[in-house]
Amino acid sequence: MTLMHYLVLSSILFTIGAVTVLTRRNAILAFMGVELMLNSCNLALVTFSRVHGQLTGQVMAFYVMVVAAAEVVVGLAIIVSIYRARRTVSVDEPSLLKG
Amino acid sequence: MDSVVGTGGEVAIFWIIAPLMVIAALALLFARKPVHAAVGLIFVMIGMAFLYTMLEAPFLGVAQVVVYTGAIMILFVFVLMLVGVDAADAAVDTLKAQRWVAYVLGAGLVAVLAGVIVTATLPDAVGLEVANANTNPAGVAHVIFGATVFTLELVGVLLIVAALSAITLTHREALQQARNQKATVRLRQRAYARGEGSQVLTPMPAPGVYAEHNAADVPALDPYGRPIDISVPRVLRIRGQELDPASFDGHVAQIAEGRYLSRPPAPTPEQSAAALAAEADLERAVVTETVEDMLAEERGDLPEPESDHESEPTDDGRSDLEEKGDRS
Repeated sequence: MTLMHYLVLSSILFTIGAVTVLTRRNAILAFMGVELMLNSCNLALVTFSRVHGQLTGQVMAFYVMVVAAAEVVVGLAIIVSIYRARRTVSVDEPSLLKG
Repeated sequence: MDSVVGTGGEVAIFWIIAPLMVIAALALLFARKPVHAAVGLIFVMIGMAFLYTMLEAPFLGVAQVVVYTGAIMILFVFVLMLVGVDAADAAVDTLKAQRWVAYVLGAGLVAVLAGVIVTATLPDAVGLEVANANTNPAGVAHVIFGATVFTLELVGVLLIVAALSAITLTHREALQQARNQKATVRLRQRAYARGEGSQVLTPMPAPGVYAEHNAADVPALDPYGRPIDISVPRVLRIRGQELDPASFDGHVAQIAEGRYLSRPPAPTPEQSAAALAAEADLERAVVTETVEDMLAEERGDLPEPESDHESEPTDDGRSDLEEKGDRS
């Protein structure tokens, strides 16, 4: 058991989040995948903070959290407004810009 | 990197939490219902808070619980409820092979990342005893409000912009004036005059209530004993859950005969009988007029002058009514 294990766990969670974004068609679920990716990055940052004995990594993780909160607010507002206009939360439906 | 992680407790907790977190995260991929995926993600985030605390970052552990599980996931679940819990994934994938390609690429990404991490040469872990000497929150605050204070200001601006943008995105301009009661009534009257919309201007009649069946799914009967369909709530009618009043005819007839009548305990039988008779007489007298008026209207006759009508309530009319009353 070393700190490597935290990093491996972080990469596994990151991959699950990425595959979620790629495969799920529900916009809210895809968004949850993005959150999972951000979280796993935070885990890596905190682990590296401990490796190097500096708190900068933790501060970075803190800023990632704050930005994630802002991003969630805007993203969910977009999902809600799309749902209002089109009655769907599927990411395949809004394809107006398709040539 | 072995120098810091040593306590058996940390190892045990890691090996308990980490597999559970991975399983819960897989719910995001495979759960059919979005709510289950949300619960899985909440579990992952709480597990993450445990890991932060073990990694000597208790401040982030608390912030993780407060911000992620307390605010962000609640927001997610809230929006899930707003757009409908049943909003399932589309049954048909637009790109059929994409799912499997994504799985393969994901497995490849895990392999590459894990390989890099395991084979990388990292410096020996230092640990945070020195940095956390003055407690972890104080140390973090020192960095946030010292070296990165300008970033903090920018983040504050970002949060305000995000809040305003959320308000703007979900704001809806009123396309038409809100209808007040007067306008609603006027619209209803116009629709009625055109023959559209509701069949009656007055409030809908109440559904039928019988002695042993008191429910909204039985239509009321009009004075001729015909069912009034609009008295049954629209939803029940659309679902086809409306009951046929004919199935209650037998009961109604029996009730009219008094078979089910349970007399209330009265001081004396004579008194109660007299009271019942008086009551029945009163009812008949009231209903007779109405029914006779309606019958006359239906035949197209003008109602008789009021004085005649009132002065001579004939016996014929009464017997006529009794038949009608039995039917309804």
